[in-house]
Amino acid sequence: MVRGPYMLEVRDLSMTIHGTDILRDVSFSVGAGEVFGLVGESGSGKSMTALALMRLLPRGAQVSGEIRFGQTEVSRLSEHQMCGLRGRDIGMIFQEPMTALNPVQTIGDQVAETLLVHGASTPAQARDAAAQRLARVGLDPGRVPLDRYPHELSGGQRQRVCIAMAVALRPRLLIADEPTTALDVTTQAQILALLRDLVADDGMSLMLITHDLAVVADMADHVAVMQSGRIVEADRTECLFRNRRHAYTAKLFADSAHVPARRPEVAPVPVLQVRGAVRDYPLARRRLIGPRPLFRAVDGVDLTVHEGESVGLVGESGCGKSTLTRAILGLEAVQGGAIRLAGDSVTGGHVPGAVRRKMQVVFQDPYGSFNPRHRVARLVAEPFHLLPTPPADLRAKVAEALEAVGLQGSDSEKYIHEFSGGQRQRIAIARAIVIRPKLVILDEAVSALDVSIRARILDLLADLQKRFGLSYLFISHDLSVVRAITDRVLVMRAGRIVEEGRTEQVFANPSHDYTKALIAATPQIPRAWLDGLPGPVSPA
Amino acid sequence: MRLPFQLILGAAVSAVFIAGALISLVWTPYSVEQMNIAQRLLAPGGGYLLGTDHFGRDILSMLMVGARTSIAVAIIAVGIGMVVGVPLGLLAAANRGSLLDEIVMRGNDLVFAFPSLIIAIMITAVLGPSAVNAILAIGIFNIPVFARVTRGGALSLWTLDYVLAARVAGKGKARISVEHILTNIANLLIVQGTIQFSLGILAEAGLSYVGLGAQPPLPSWGRMLADSQTMISFAPHMAIFPGLAIVLTVLGLNLMGDGMRDLLDPRLRRVR
Repeated sequence: MVRGPYMLEVRDLSMTIHGTDILRDVSFSVGAGEVFGLVGESGSGKSMTALALMRLLPRGAQVSGEIRFGQTEVSRLSEHQMCGLRGRDIGMIFQEPMTALNPVQTIGDQVAETLLVHGASTPAQARDAAAQRLARVGLDPGRVPLDRYPHELSGGQRQRVCIAMAVALRPRLLIADEPTTALDVTTQAQILALLRDLVADDGMSLMLITHDLAVVADMADHVAVMQSGRIVEADRTECLFRNRRHAYTAKLFADSAHVPARRPEVAPVPVLQVRGAVRDYPLARRRLIGPRPLFRAVDGVDLTVHEGESVGLVGESGCGKSTLTRAILGLEAVQGGAIRLAGDSVTGGHVPGAVRRKMQVVFQDPYGSFNPRHRVARLVAEPFHLLPTPPADLRAKVAEALEAVGLQGSDSEKYIHEFSGGQRQRIAIARAIVIRPKLVILDEAVSALDVSIRARILDLLADLQKRFGLSYLFISHDLSVVRAITDRVLVMRAGRIVEEGRTEQVFANPSHDYTKALIAATPQIPRAWLDGLPGPVSPA
Repeated sequence: MRLPFQLILGAAVSAVFIAGALISLVWTPYSVEQMNIAQRLLAPGGGYLLGTDHFGRDILSMLMVGARTSIAVAIIAVGIGMVVGVPLGLLAAANRGSLLDEIVMRGNDLVFAFPSLIIAIMITAVLGPSAVNAILAIGIFNIPVFARVTRGGALSLWTLDYVLAARVAGKGKARISVEHILTNIANLLIVQGTIQFSLGILAEAGLSYVGLGAQPPLPSWGRMLADSQTMISFAPHMAIFPGLAIVLTVLGLNLMGDGMRDLLDPRLRRVR
């Protein structure tokens, strides 16, 4: 336990919004220089807790309870005094760095703004100070000049700019709300390392809000688990991970390590064969006459999926996975190589329905995958367009597909907004299997879901594979998910496949440096903590 | 769900005039075609609620029939704009970046470049002044407005996953444009339509004022304003009432359009 005066103390924080309970009696303390992890699934209230600390609540919110920051009672300050506190004593960074930055201001101006608003430097000095702050977070002004705009930076670089803005005035507390969820694995490792350095150098406290248990295991001194607006368990990190006293905590851990029971029945018949696929994008013209420069997004990729097999395709953003997916789906033409689906050739742009019906796709975003104006029946029946005539028992088939994914046939009369994220992904899977394809491409299909829902969906996918003899191409950046559900895995980087092999083999003994770097960058919960045996009791 | 205040106010004001126009189809207090010189230039009150004009015609009746003219012209002009402009916009968005898209959009810019009212005057002067030609002239200038709004809304929808899913289901661009894109930009079109409607009423009044819109004996608000010009010092009611009618209708429709945008535009949705 951290001795001495707490830097932040929260007692019985409760919040309602328009009468609905959001937080109930939330209490925790954070010491100076400590990293505090707040873990929970979506809807648990973790982001709301952070916003309540900063008093940045939506309209209609009623807060009660005590928030003591140092010697100040935050809940009693006026808005004007709060403005003085925010940015100077408490900083905050958010999940989506692109939307957290003003797209029409340069990064130098945005960092300087924090300094100017609090009167910490004159306009003349602000630019130099901004350059210093950006250098501190790893953005050297020589390589990333201050007059860059946010859209010219990568995701990791944008998050660094957000961090520079948040710590510009060396606040005592930094609240990080899912800071690395939208970033690649290697970038995530770098950002977390940066946060650790800042905590060590400045003696700043860090409140890390996340749903990822492994990140918290790496970073936090204390952890609290939230469910439905309440803190169900709070302890020192190692103690909480070893003991898992509360039922919900135990369930959370079980789900995040969940591996669906699978007995793959793989036939040596290839369902999908990609040989030497090449996809070029034309870039902006540099000369008026002559050929345009090309960007090679997919560079000679070979990929095979056999019947009944689950193949994983792993890579970070920008490696070409989405381009390859679209080429396999026949939505785009390839400039070289051949794609064959169960023997039939797939050429971009004009794929006959008879060939298309053998493959379907499930997308990442459960909220953008469906037309909000159509009922579920119409949405799920969309692939029937690929058949020469719609089947006579269309309604029955739709009901059957919905029941196969764990919903009810009567749900086909509802609109999509009546369903939660996990249920929507089930409907997306129903849409994919309704015409009994041979291959289902899952493009980051579980990335946007909570841990417990993800476990159920993975179970469902394993079950459907057995029942309907499906083959899966699982595209993801999340190594743990790929490890749980695939038989073979391919690692992609900059348009090329750098490693390929049986999943367990690749993960246990990676041969390529890039694969090794990816696996090393993935945060892991120490094996010893998950033994299931009770660990040391934390000293009171 | 609480409706925005602007919507209610705008709808109420517009409804008054639309009601007047509809009632005039079956009944007006007095006939607008009969001249009654003995009763000319009477001030409001008595038998004539809003007074009479220089030919003895009842101003209220003329306002009601004029409302019918204005609304008919404006609605059909908006109709022309939508029927031609929306498919053009969908076509441009479905083929974005291609030569077809360029041609459609540059054609749009070309029509935008011309001053609309002056060209409308020219068209009606060349083809002959009448209500039908006024509809044509105003309608032509609605086309690029709807094409541009449609294309803008459609472009952002083409990037969404459900459009990709439809393409995977083998649907072509035309089918996707109608089934998926059109249904989701309907909100934008309703709002724009309401605004163009109010502009259409203003344009029709302008054309009638210079004598190129609906011809006498069919009353029209703009023409009433023109006729009242020489008599404004001793019969101001002849100018005030048509003027008020134009102002209130356009204002009401604009408010209604704004209110509907607050209600329907998904990007402006806030937690209530």
